[in-house]
Amino acid sequence: MSFPWAKQYTPKHPFMVWMDEKLPLPRLVYSAVGGGYEVPRNINYFWNFGFLAGFCLVIQIVTGVILAMHYGGNTQVAFDSTEHIMRDVNYGWMLRYGHANGASAFFVIVYLHIFRGFYFGSYKAPREMIWLLGVVIFLLMMATAFMGYVLPWGQMSYWGAQVITGLFSAIPMVGEPIREWLLGGFAPDNAALNRFFSLHFLLPFVILGVVILHIWALHIPGSSNPTGVEVKSESDTLPFYPYFIAKDGWTIGLFLIIYSLFVFFMPNALGHPDNYIPANPLQTPAHIVPEWYFWPFYAILRSFTQDWLFIIPAKLMGVLAMFSAILVWFFLPWLDKSPVRSGNYRPLYRKFFWVLVLDVLVLGYCGGMPAEQPYVLVAQIASIYYFLHFLVIVPIVSSIERPEPLPYSITEAVLGSDKAAAPGDKA
Amino acid sequence: MIRIFSILAGLFFAGALAWSLLWDTIGFAQEGLPKTVEKAFYEHPKELHLASDGWFGKFDKKQVKRGFEVYQQVCASCHSLKHVSFRDLAALEYSEAEIKELAAAATVNAPDPLTGEMKDRPGLPADHFPPVVYAGQGHPPDLSLLAKARHDGAAYTYSLLTGYQAQPAELLKQFPDAKTPEGLHYNPYFPNLNLAMPAPLTSDGQVTYSDGTNATIDQMAKDVSAFLVWTAEPKLDKRHQVGFWWLGFLIYATILGYLAYRNVWAGKKH
Repeated sequence: MSFPWAKQYTPKHPFMVWMDEKLPLPRLVYSAVGGGYEVPRNINYFWNFGFLAGFCLVIQIVTGVILAMHYGGNTQVAFDSTEHIMRDVNYGWMLRYGHANGASAFFVIVYLHIFRGFYFGSYKAPREMIWLLGVVIFLLMMATAFMGYVLPWGQMSYWGAQVITGLFSAIPMVGEPIREWLLGGFAPDNAALNRFFSLHFLLPFVILGVVILHIWALHIPGSSNPTGVEVKSESDTLPFYPYFIAKDGWTIGLFLIIYSLFVFFMPNALGHPDNYIPANPLQTPAHIVPEWYFWPFYAILRSFTQDWLFIIPAKLMGVLAMFSAILVWFFLPWLDKSPVRSGNYRPLYRKFFWVLVLDVLVLGYCGGMPAEQPYVLVAQIASIYYFLHFLVIVPIVSSIERPEPLPYSITEAVLGSDKAAAPGDKA
Repeated sequence: MIRIFSILAGLFFAGALAWSLLWDTIGFAQEGLPKTVEKAFYEHPKELHLASDGWFGKFDKKQVKRGFEVYQQVCASCHSLKHVSFRDLAALEYSEAEIKELAAAATVNAPDPLTGEMKDRPGLPADHFPPVVYAGQGHPPDLSLLAKARHDGAAYTYSLLTGYQAQPAELLKQFPDAKTPEGLHYNPYFPNLNLAMPAPLTSDGQVTYSDGTNATIDQMAKDVSAFLVWTAEPKLDKRHQVGFWWLGFLIYATILGYLAYRNVWAGKKH
């Protein structure tokens, strides 16, 4: 992408001129994240989470690669090698706590990034491809995080692997063979642990690849903004360097402060104590729960307690629904027909958006609780809303809603009219 | 067209959920909230404050050392400590000679360097605490990580060690089937209320402390809980110390970054 007024890379040093002819990598970087990328000047702090998510991925890869140098992917040594990292490897505790809490931080950031997209309609044309790639990244993150949690081979690792791979056995006829094929056995064991380790090392680099595609696709139409009005003229934008580097940059500090509070002062607050007990296939923990970032989807899975109309098995419906809960996001660009992108100008959609936020928080809370009353009933009601929101409410609202008048341009929103650009936006 | 399919799909999921909701509501109306003996009589751990608590916490080395003495004289007969090495005791201000002596008192099964056969030999400082051979029923858990493997670990250990009591009559009145089975021991701080371990700390003065502290049951329970926090997280002091300086640097750098941002954006409306 390039707006006509975007600056072009002009090498000065003879070596850079030579380089630009042979391999224009500096030109690519300049146009992608340098002075050559023009960004709407009115984006608010919710637009920082993409950059921060990329930063989290780097933290995870760096800490993860070093951890892998000291970890043993074998059921005999996995748990003890994790403790070896904590006790005997220089600053191993920092690497491991940084990696475990880094996963949580990554998910916090990505959830905020996704909900930014929901509110401001970032998924709409011409940005559908960015959105689709984003959902792919999220799915890959979930797979990676799940397999990473199995590696320390504690009780929750083992029983989490048991539950999640057990989901595949819900598929009629071929389910059980698929599960055995995935695990390399009848239950999680060395074959499963070893392949999870291999995939856990591989997938982050696949994520990195899809992130590059995600950014590439972003650079075709350029970044969206809180008004949802497309860029019209030069006064609507500012170059990424130095303006947005400076804005993203200082929030990295803010992010690191919050992240470090967890790593150094409450490193186990987000984990489950049972994972400090070595895996024991003969002893099921009282409550098997995944990590917090899976709780909303876990609640949906467990909401299906009865075989539907006595025919469709509850487990099958639960698995179907859990995966569909994310798959529906793929269709969002075509379900929401409203030409207005930003929730700031969509009075009805905005209300339902906040109901969804509350709904997902309730689902998350229920997912972390034992599968008993009253949590199951609450989760069932919240799950009903979740599906109705995306599949029924969004399509209908987008047809019947009467949006508020949009500003003519970003410049007008920022400089001109008395109507503030966005409530969350610092004018 | 896609929106018609989507609404149908939405109704499909909502319908299946409503079906579960309907039957579960009927079940709930009949049975009410689940009522179990554990829910009714389990007690959350008592308050316990240790020097290592909080963001600026540091181990009270004297207490941790006393806790080690409790472990040695009481717990070690059944429970292992396999993630801890003898050399780690240097952190509790044991001298090198004392560590060598402590290690040598243990028997370690290791390959003989000359023949390669497994052989018993006296322990060395680099050895981990050896496994405890336990001839009874069940297998007592290793204690190295216990403080992190239970919710509110230190307070849990302290409460458990001081929480043994006779089963309340009220419990048997409400749940006649829940009588503590033969060979188990009632303790409301244990998640399912009955555990195999008999009360290990039974009388004041059971342990002889090298620093002369009066070994009451409460004192021993506190000290050994502090010790188990150390075995579970020996790098806690270092972590707090590094975290403090790192956070100071981060705050400084973030302020600089923010000022740089303000400087770059000066005069630009947005």
